[in-house]
Amino acid sequence: MAAFSYFPGCSLKATGVAYEESLLTLFKILDIPLEELEDWNCCGATSYMAIDEEDAFLLSARDLSLARQAGNRAVLAPCAACYLVLKKTQDYVRKYPKIREHVAQSLAAAGLPMMDGVMVRHPLEVLYNDVGVDVFKEKKVRHWRGGPVACYYGCQAVRPYDEVDRPHNPTRMDELLRAVGVPTVDFSLKTKCCGGSLTGTIHDVGIRLNYILLKEAARKGAQAVVTLCPLCQFNLDAYQAEIRKQTGEGLNLPVLYFTQVLGWALGGDYKALGMRRCISGADLVKHWFAREEVETYV
Amino acid sequence: MKFQREAEPEWPHQFTKLPGCERLFSCIQCGTCSGTCPLSIYMDYTPRRIINLVREGFRADALASQTIWLCASCYSCAVHCPQDIHITDIMYSLKREAIQHQMYPKRFPIPVLAREFYSLVRSRGRNSEVWLVLRLALKSNPFILFTMMRSAWGLLRTGRISFKFEKIRRMNELGRELSTPQEVR
Repeated sequence: MAAFSYFPGCSLKATGVAYEESLLTLFKILDIPLEELEDWNCCGATSYMAIDEEDAFLLSARDLSLARQAGNRAVLAPCAACYLVLKKTQDYVRKYPKIREHVAQSLAAAGLPMMDGVMVRHPLEVLYNDVGVDVFKEKKVRHWRGGPVACYYGCQAVRPYDEVDRPHNPTRMDELLRAVGVPTVDFSLKTKCCGGSLTGTIHDVGIRLNYILLKEAARKGAQAVVTLCPLCQFNLDAYQAEIRKQTGEGLNLPVLYFTQVLGWALGGDYKALGMRRCISGADLVKHWFAREEVETYV
Repeated sequence: MKFQREAEPEWPHQFTKLPGCERLFSCIQCGTCSGTCPLSIYMDYTPRRIINLVREGFRADALASQTIWLCASCYSCAVHCPQDIHITDIMYSLKREAIQHQMYPKRFPIPVLAREFYSLVRSRGRNSEVWLVLRLALKSNPFILFTMMRSAWGLLRTGRISFKFEKIRRMNELGRELSTPQEVR
């Protein structure tokens, strides 16, 4: 399989480090080469777009252009915000000649090639389309020891673009997880927003949104939440203790990345998958995954 | 109640020229956006009302609202809108105009965050979460740090806080790219 230019983004180097660890481990198991984009810059996320749209497109354009310079056909962006911003830039450059002209001029001024022909891809869609559910069934080496999980897709990975999954009822994460024997619950809030950076700005509103998500997941019988976005994971995980304190609910759900769950089923190492980085439900994570014996799947 | 004399009827027409905002005037006021928005109950105007305010030219009300800043860009409204109006893009345009004319609610943390994020990325090419939070607290409400402290210990314990002040190596390259004259506006 051709190499991907891996675009970590700021989160995967800090609060979302477990996502990076598990992604690299999983892709190594699957033998898909990843090359970190050299000297990548911030994608601008949602905040930059709120100040200067032109510049926001230029930020992503540089990253796409660097990928082209590296000779890779696709950029792999695991963070939902990065994925959307890169995708949107590509889409708007294609749709609006004025934006295209400006981006082309600016890239030329910086001595960079135009970013044409570089695809933007998300790991979920790569694992589903390029690898396929059947490969996961074959390669599975561990039986799931945990309880049922709620697959939470969040917002920007599945909306407004529909290449990762269907915007209204995404199911690909559920399908991949079921393929490795993980029971998933029917989580009705799977695309409801976690509020993003609201937990840091309008704290009470952010807490409330995350409380609703966790409560509904628990009500549906989930014992863990599985996400594909570093910000969703951060909000649901880091603020769970506070939510528990404020509401008096006995919520104790580990919040895992789908790459951690898949990587574990395919025989990945506990430490290499960043399992120790869970804050909420750390006792459960340890109980489920830390035991050493590897049951070979026959 | 809104009076006709407060309106600037020419103002909304600029939006139809902006990328993504072309279909503003095709709104049928069905309220699907407000119904699907996870934040509409916390907003001073729901998304449907914002669209109507903009369309009728009530510039000051729209730009000074908290709504445009509470919008977390989850695109729920955009994918559910039966008229295919890219409401998120309209919200972005309103945010930009509010910043440009300093009309955002003062000391409201969200526009402060956006500005700090912007200057951090503009000067260093990358965002560093810890420094962003510190700058946000200093410029808006230092009390935010106390609410952050509660979750900080868990993050520290699990090695998820990076104190590295990130910067890209070829900042001059990015600088050259960002400083090309803009002819689109």
